[in-house]
Amino acid sequence: MSAPTTRRIEFIAVAVIATLLIVVFPLLNSTGVISNFTLNLWGKYLCYALLAISVDLLWGYTGLLSLGQALFFSLGGYMLGMHLMRMIGDLGQYRKPIPDFLIFLGWTELPTFWKPFSSFPFAAAMVILLPGLVALIFGFLAFRSRIKGVYFSILTQALTYGGSLMFFRNDMLMGGNNGFTDYKFLLGADVRDASTQRALFIATAVTLVLVYLGCSWLSRTKLGLIQRAIRDGENRVLFSGYAAAGFKLFIFVVAALIASVGGALYVPQVGIINPSEMTPDKSLEAVVWVAVGGRGTLVGPVVGAIVVNALKSWATRAYPDLWLFFLGGMFIIVVLFLPGGIVSIPVRIKTWWARRAAANAATSAPVAP
Amino acid sequence: MTTDQEKTNLILTVEGVNKTFDGFKAITDLNFYLDRGELRTVIGPNGAGKSTFFDLITGRTKPDTGKIEFGWDTDLTALTEYEINRLGIGRKFQTPSVYSEHSVWENLLLSLKGPRGVFSTLFHRTSTAQRDRIDALLTLIRLNAKRDWLAGQLAHGEKQWLEIGMLLAQDPQVLLVDEPAAGMTDDETHRTGELLLSLAGKHSIIVVEHDMAFVKQIARDGKVTVLHQGTVLCEGKFDDVQADTKVREVYLGRGKHGIR
Repeated sequence: MSAPTTRRIEFIAVAVIATLLIVVFPLLNSTGVISNFTLNLWGKYLCYALLAISVDLLWGYTGLLSLGQALFFSLGGYMLGMHLMRMIGDLGQYRKPIPDFLIFLGWTELPTFWKPFSSFPFAAAMVILLPGLVALIFGFLAFRSRIKGVYFSILTQALTYGGSLMFFRNDMLMGGNNGFTDYKFLLGADVRDASTQRALFIATAVTLVLVYLGCSWLSRTKLGLIQRAIRDGENRVLFSGYAAAGFKLFIFVVAALIASVGGALYVPQVGIINPSEMTPDKSLEAVVWVAVGGRGTLVGPVVGAIVVNALKSWATRAYPDLWLFFLGGMFIIVVLFLPGGIVSIPVRIKTWWARRAAANAATSAPVAP
Repeated sequence: MTTDQEKTNLILTVEGVNKTFDGFKAITDLNFYLDRGELRTVIGPNGAGKSTFFDLITGRTKPDTGKIEFGWDTDLTALTEYEINRLGIGRKFQTPSVYSEHSVWENLLLSLKGPRGVFSTLFHRTSTAQRDRIDALLTLIRLNAKRDWLAGQLAHGEKQWLEIGMLLAQDPQVLLVDEPAAGMTDDETHRTGELLLSLAGKHSIIVVEHDMAFVKQIARDGKVTVLHQGTVLCEGKFDDVQADTKVREVYLGRGKHGIR
C-alpha cells in the first residue's frame, strides 16, 4: 500500500471515530441510550489515552522509557483542582470561604499562592506552565548529562515518587493524602450535572483528536524522523551534527504537556485528585497500556488505554482479587508473544496467511523433473 | 617546526596527544598532520589505537594532554561531537551506522547539509534542490532502486555505501572513514576505492583500513601512516612503508592481512 493511500485510510478512520466520540456518543447520552455512568467511564478512558500517548511519544518514538508521566498528569490535575476547590466557595463542611482542609490545618485566610487560582484562565494557564517548566528543568539537566536507558527510567521514577511524597505532606497546603475532592462548580456550571459531564466528555474527545492529529503531523516532520533516529542510533545523530539533547528535551516537554492536559480533564470527571495518582506504579500502568496497545504507533496507546481500563473496570468488579494477575499476565503475554501489541494483530494475521498460502503453493506445485 | 606556509595548508593538527583508559595507554604522544585535499591511509595492527584516534578527533573522547586543531586555530578538544561535525568533519563508523528503521531516502535527507536546530527541523520543507541532491547521491552510491527500502534491510556492503553517501550528503571538509571495505566483495571494494580517490582534492580524507590490496589501491603516491601501540611508527609512501623493517617486525606473523 502506498503512503498516500494509508494516509487517506487513516484520515477516514480518525474522522469516523472523532464523529462518534464528539457527536454521536454525547447525543446518545442526552437521549438516554448511553448511561451517564458509561459516558463518564469513557471520558476517563480518553484521559488515560492522552497519558498513554505521552508515554508512547517518549518510549515508542524516542526510545526514552519515562516512568514519570504520572507526575505531569497529576500536576495538570492539581492545577485545575485548585480552581475547582476555590469554586466550592463557602459551600464546604465548615461553611467558610476557603477550602475545608485549610481550616482543618488552622488557616483562617487563603495562602498567597492559592489566591490567583480563583481565576479559571490562570488555572488553565498553570496546567500548561507548571508541568512544562518542571519538564523543561528536569529534562535539561537529565539530557545535558546524557542520562539514558535504564538510568533515565529510574530517575523519572524517582521524580514522580518525590512528587508524591511532597504532595502527601499536609504543610504543602495541597490537601495532603486526601487531595482535593467534593467539587461543586466549573465555569458556573454544576460539575455533578449530566450536561456538565457531557461537555467535559466532548472536551476530552476533542482534545484527544487534536493531540492525535498533532502527533501524527509531528511524526511526519523532519523532527519526527530525527526523533526516531535518536531511538535507533543516537550516535549517528550526534555525529551528523544534531544536538540530540535539544530534540529529546523538546519531546519531553511536549509529552509532559499532553499528560498534564489529560490530567486536568480527568480531575473534574472523576471528582478527585490525590497524591496516589503520582506514584510510580501509576506510570508503570500507563507503560503497560502502551505495550498492550502497541508502542511506536499512535493508535496503539489509545487502544491500549481503552482496552486495559475497560478490562480493569470489568475485572475489578467480577474478580476484585485477581485483577493485578490479569494485568501482569497480559503484560507478560504481550512482551513474549506479541511485541507489536494489539495493533500489530492484523499485520501478523496477514503475514501468517501469506506464508501459509506460499507453503500450500509450494507443496501442491508439481515437482520439476 | 612548521613554517607559516605549511600551517595554512594544514587542515588537521594532532600534536603530543596522550589518552589513557584505566591505566591502559591507548594513545601515546601522537603527532599527526593532514593537508588540505590529502587522502591519507592509516594502517596498524589491532589495538594500535586507530578507532581511539578517530574518537579523539570527533569529540567522542577527550585527550588527557596534547592539542587537536582543525584548520588554522579551531581547538577541537573543547567541542562536542555535533559541534565538530558542524565544522565539517564527518565520520563513517567501522560497523555501518545507519538508521535501520528509516528508508534509504530518509537516511540521506537527515544527513543533508542544512540547519540542525529543533524548530528548523520541525518546520522543514524539502526543497527541489535537496531532492535533486539526494537523487544524485543515490545514483553515486548505486542505491537508486532501493530508495524506499528500510536501511535495515540492506546488505552489509550496501549499508557501508549508504553511510558513505550520508557522509557526503553533509558535504564535509574532512572525511574520517573507518574500514570502508569490510564486508564488501572485491568488486565493491575496488569501486569504494575509486570513489574515495575521486573525492580526494575536494575533501581531505583519512581512511583506516586492514585490507592491504585496498590500501595499495588508494594510497598511490599518497602518504601512509602506520600506527602501533598508540603512536606513529612510520609514515611515508606505500612502498617505503612496506619495506620498513620496524613495520615488518610489527606485522610479522599477523595473519593474512599482514604486509607480505
